[in-house]
Amino acid sequence: MATRTTFNDVILAPGDTGAIPLAEIVPWALLALLLATICLYFVSTEQGAVSLFDGMAVHEFVHDGRHLLGFPCH
Amino acid sequence: MVGHLLWRGMLAGFLAACLAALFALAFAEPQVDLSIARETAHAAHAGMPAGEEIFSRATQKGAGLFTAMALYGAAVGGIFALIFAYAHGRVGRRGEPLESRPLALMLAAMAFVVVALVPALKYPPTPPAVGLHETVAFRTVAFFGMTGLSLLAAVAGGWIRRRLLPRVDEFDALVGGMLGYAVIVAAGQMLLPAIDEVPADFPATLLWRFRLAALGSQSVLWLALGLIFGWLAARRLHMHRA
Repeated sequence: MATRTTFNDVILAPGDTGAIPLAEIVPWALLALLLATICLYFVSTEQGAVSLFDGMAVHEFVHDGRHLLGFPCH
Repeated sequence: MVGHLLWRGMLAGFLAACLAALFALAFAEPQVDLSIARETAHAAHAGMPAGEEIFSRATQKGAGLFTAMALYGAAVGGIFALIFAYAHGRVGRRGEPLESRPLALMLAAMAFVVVALVPALKYPPTPPAVGLHETVAFRTVAFFGMTGLSLLAAVAGGWIRRRLLPRVDEFDALVGGMLGYAVIVAAGQMLLPAIDEVPADFPATLLWRFRLAALGSQSVLWLALGLIFGWLAARRLHMHRA
């Protein structure tokens, strides 16, 4: 009995290039933007130009990344 | 499908950020340490007493650096996936849409230029001990303004390219779009305020090495994001349609 199992993940099918409708993209784009804004805010700005929490713990923790990613740190 | 692409983008961004953090650890952290040593030697840095250390340097370079990079990578990876979802099947050459992997790599290269390189040409990354504490709010607004302008200019460039397409050939339309981007960015960089807070006695070679290593980390991040996401997306899109 032959089992037909094919793994051809790496080969691209011709159908690989169909466009995704814009209406399907927009809600996900809003979610992605929201998540990204929260993440980027803490990496780039918190306890620098603006502070939500007291102290310098967030600033000091992400300190090196903030400098290297080009955000004004202190 | 878009949800599948979104989490793959965040995963690819996370993995790419880990590679970028490793690169930064090897090439950039020595310059950060040298800058901090200078800062300590110069003592009283305004508003930052050297005695109060919240995290050790080892934590800052280790867990701190990786956390910051990973959050950044996952965030930009998510947005990248959405831009890919839009461009997929819409962007191509001679009427043939680009395949997933070349498309992802091309978008990542463009993102590196628009998000990392061009803002850094106006407001380059600065090591610790450079920059006045009082001006951080102003510098933050200026930096985000520059990044936003670069993104808008890229959208304008894409719009110009598309408007030119019916009239000229594909290559000329692309050149037209890139010229449009360059002109807007150049004008913006001329108009935005100059910021120069590098102390006169800060070593030029140290500043150069830090900035080169910072841009190097960014290029590792975007290159790895493009390659890893392209691979993940191609697998998923193929699975979906097979």
